[in-house]
Amino acid sequence: MGVPYYPGCTLSTNAKGYDRSGRAVAAALGMELVELPEWQCCGATFPLATDNSLALIAPTRILYQAEQQGDRVAALCAICYHVLKRTQTTLARDTEMHDRINWFTEQDYQGRVTVSHLLEILRDDVGWEALAQKVVRPLTGLRAAPYYGCLLLRPYDEIGMDDPENPSILHDLLRALGAEVVDFPYNIECCGSYLTVKEPGISENLSQDIVASARDHQAQVIVTACPLCQFNLEYPQREKASGRTGDEIPVVYFTQLMAVALGLPEEEWGMETGHFVDPRPLFNGK
Amino acid sequence: MREIISASRIHSDLVRNVEEISGEHLLACNQCGKCSAGCPVASVMDMLPSQVIRMAQLGMEDVLESNTIWICASCLTCVTRCPKGVNLPRMMEALREVSLRSGVTKLDLDSLPPELVRELPQLAIVGGFRKYMK
Ligand code: SF4
Ligand code: SF4
Repeated sequence: MGVPYYPGCTLSTNAKGYDRSGRAVAAALGMELVELPEWQCCGATFPLATDNSLALIAPTRILYQAEQQGDRVAALCAICYHVLKRTQTTLARDTEMHDRINWFTEQDYQGRVTVSHLLEILRDDVGWEALAQKVVRPLTGLRAAPYYGCLLLRPYDEIGMDDPENPSILHDLLRALGAEVVDFPYNIECCGSYLTVKEPGISENLSQDIVASARDHQAQVIVTACPLCQFNLEYPQREKASGRTGDEIPVVYFTQLMAVALGLPEEEWGMETGHFVDPRPLFNGK
Repeated sequence: MREIISASRIHSDLVRNVEEISGEHLLACNQCGKCSAGCPVASVMDMLPSQVIRMAQLGMEDVLESNTIWICASCLTCVTRCPKGVNLPRMMEALREVSLRSGVTKLDLDSLPPELVRELPQLAIVGGFRKYMK
């Protein structure tokens, strides 16, 4: 089964390991993520100003491209997913805006396409039980802390993937992979998002609180679905002139842990680049 | 601090612009403070998110000088918790837009450390451009 797939800019550049492992695990489960033949950046922020229709054009073009390929489009990047999903919901609720965008793009986006995160496909189409049966190298004893962040879950009335205050989808996935799930109180706290560009000190403080909480709960690894969370949580833990502190916690994509658990070869884990704390020692010799 | 509250201020352009851009009614907020209690960046804001709304309700233009509107990370925690269904991040964006549309720029590209730019996820750079400049 092929699923039309929108990788987005970051997964094609600095977060290639997420793309690589995502495609590999989907293929191992009998789904091929088929990259849209034509795509562009989604804009990386959903416009919160109601008169900013310009910012809806790029994501609508993507939805139109996806519609030519099938009735749904899968995303991995939490932010691409957020932007595409909210654009889809917004245009479904606001027909005047829908018509205006179509008039501008001269494309007949119909609104038929569903935007799904790979996590939703795993939960709703594959199922946790079926996934657990495919695990050949269970992550037994690995203390993994699911970290959701913001944009995968909020706002609930437009995204609706999971409970925005008490989510479970990543917990359930990790359980299916055989890991020991570390439930920690900062799992839906903000990492600072794009503040990292202008106010890196603020996002660094937020991220350090999140990592410290995971550490207090004896997590060995933090698991995310967002390349910006991954960066914000890991970058402050990079090797500095003063060396390493030794209590760093790597932050990996859920697809990377899946690749390990499904017994895929190491190059499919996508861990050799894009990490400031190398997660591979956790899996060597297991 | 002495502040004069007047009908003309409450019906000022600022109030109209913020309501129009955000699509929200400023007076829907009853100042319960729940947004400020849960805001992850409240500790570094010069004004709490609920105080920003209060100033905007009263048409106080000084609100545009607050660092709060630029520190808000659009994390959407407050909108999930507001008992009145107020979409505060939309109001924050409206205040940023009022400011940006008047010509203000908040990001100096030359000041970004090159090693950070090299490592930043592309979406952070695109998002930063969109949030801080026109
Ligand atoms: S939580 Fe809502 S009603 Fe309460 S102060 Fe904040 S915006 Fe106003
Ligand atoms: S959206 Fe802004 S104001 Fe609301 S909780 Fe997040 S940072 Fe605070």
